[in-house]
Amino acid sequence: MSPWTLVIASYAIALAGTLGLTLWSWLAMRRAEAQAETLGRRQ
Amino acid sequence: MHVYANPARFLKIARPLTPVLGWSGAALIAGALYVGLFVAPPERFQGETVRIIYLHVPAAWLGMAGWGAIALASLMQLVWRHPLAAVAARSAALPGAVFTAICLITGSLWGSRAWGTFWEWDGRMTSMLVLLFLYCGYIALAGAEKEKGGEGRLAAIFGLVGAVNLPIIHYSVLWWNTLHQGQSIDFLRGTSRIDASMLWPLLVSALGFSLLFGAIVLMRMRAELARNKVEARLKRMASA
Repeated sequence: MSPWTLVIASYAIALAGTLGLTLWSWLAMRRAEAQAETLGRRQ
Repeated sequence: MHVYANPARFLKIARPLTPVLGWSGAALIAGALYVGLFVAPPERFQGETVRIIYLHVPAAWLGMAGWGAIALASLMQLVWRHPLAAVAARSAALPGAVFTAICLITGSLWGSRAWGTFWEWDGRMTSMLVLLFLYCGYIALAGAEKEKGGEGRLAAIFGLVGAVNLPIIHYSVLWWNTLHQGQSIDFLRGTSRIDASMLWPLLVSALGFSLLFGAIVLMRMRAELARNKVEARLKRMASA
């Protein structure tokens, strides 16, 4: 395998993992905080 | 530290801190990886594959730091009963596991060229794989305990005991004959065997990933606190 293939594969896997984790955590936080706020306003 | 154990006080700081850590981390990562990919020179023996270290080393550091954070939070939970400690430990587990997996995968890709093999049961690699299994066990145990309404004491004990693996990972290259290279940067003595043209993007990348890791942990903590709030309110509404 060419060295650049290995480098590109490493960057793709690492960035996809990091970006996916960040996005998932952000969406989960937004959803949970919005739900808590809506419920707080209803009470 | 005790002051910030109060969820309301913690949220007052975490809300503005999350985007600051996240965006500054992302900017540092982008800059460091650009330099690592297009500006830094190839290494004499490793050639272009050396560019993998700008991801591999920060991922390894965060895999270990993540468990360090779990162990510290577990200690605080068991000794001082900090209400936020269990939340912090649970929030650090998945990011730690992801970065450990990234470390193993990128290391394996790098090794296929440098060592001629994707995997070797070498001290450093095996102890990192054990760390990944520990993360999986911790996530399952902490999740099951929380679902049953427990305080998370079992998970905290597991978090503390699992920290035994951290010095094993660190010293594995000294204790055993390994394929993995030895320590290149000595922070205690302030010395490095890496040329400055490669060292700087590596350090900036590690700092950037650390800041982003902090933002991810804060986001996960905020999410869990909000979910707890919803759960408590729903219980109150049901009993009223």
